[in-house]
Amino acid sequence: MHNVFLVVAASLACVVEMVEALTIILAVGVTRGWRSAIIGSGTALLGLAVVVAALGPALSALPIGGLRLVVGGLLLVFGLQWLRKAILRSSGFKALHDEDAIFRDEERAALAAPRGRERLDWYTFTVSFKGVFLEGLEVAFIVVTFGGAQHDVGLAALGAGISAVLTLVIGLCVHRPLSQVPENTMKYAVGVMLTTFGMFWAGEGAGVKWPGQDVSLLAILAYVVAGSMLLSWALRRKHTHLETIGALA
Amino acid sequence: MRHLKTFGTFWYDFIVGDDWRLAAGIVIVLAAGFLSAHHGVDPWWALPVAVSALLAVSTTDAARRVRVSSTTAVTGPAGPVDGA
Repeated sequence: MHNVFLVVAASLACVVEMVEALTIILAVGVTRGWRSAIIGSGTALLGLAVVVAALGPALSALPIGGLRLVVGGLLLVFGLQWLRKAILRSSGFKALHDEDAIFRDEERAALAAPRGRERLDWYTFTVSFKGVFLEGLEVAFIVVTFGGAQHDVGLAALGAGISAVLTLVIGLCVHRPLSQVPENTMKYAVGVMLTTFGMFWAGEGAGVKWPGQDVSLLAILAYVVAGSMLLSWALRRKHTHLETIGALA
Repeated sequence: MRHLKTFGTFWYDFIVGDDWRLAAGIVIVLAAGFLSAHHGVDPWWALPVAVSALLAVSTTDAARRVRVSSTTAVTGPAGPVDGA
């Protein structure tokens, strides 16, 4: 049960970052050629492998209590940020993230940039590298922290691997921006998972004894879902009311 | 100096994000939980309650600032509520 939860959480968290990186690669790859886009992405992946190799063992060697407190606290902060944005988007107080718009912006920028005569197109390389490295760093962080806290990096990496394969297959099939993926729903689910795990681990790390131990994860999950949905519902009502009285631009 | 600032900004955005009060609140709550748990009190219920309160305050305040920036738009441009 715990293992399934770990794989699902890591997988969901990673797929969001991978979709964003894939959108950037598709934008520059389609418009300026795949060679430099693939080289840029590959270089970024190599850099990430070094980062994971350097951080993974260091995290695993830390005492479990301190690790859970720090990692759980960070996950809790990340999760609350994601939940906050998802709630504000779903209630209408923040614009929905639009992958199509991002793709069009990247495409325009790619066409406007001057092409070099050298074999490697540095613009494509840099944009691909930047997208893959920054998004990949978040994926690596999720894998190392999720896996490190549970002393099972392999299982978290399996979740990330499943996401990578799924994202790649989707990317190859649609071969265009993945705006069809309900991004806010995905980010909401990731926010809920990060907050749930973060609260559980940080609590354990701080010395809290959760009633029912691991089973309390389900209760925390239900609590986070119910609380965030209630908050989203209340803010949506407020937004509708403000629109009705014309208090919003 | 510029690179150092960019580096610092990246990590601040990465870890703290749009609302620093969420991060600060979590640090305070966990520190209080740690001290309580090591003084014979088991405050397992306090963490979910505190997290809900922090999220409610942060989202409600962001919504209020959207309203304020909309209603004061005629007097001048208002800054964005959050990053993307």
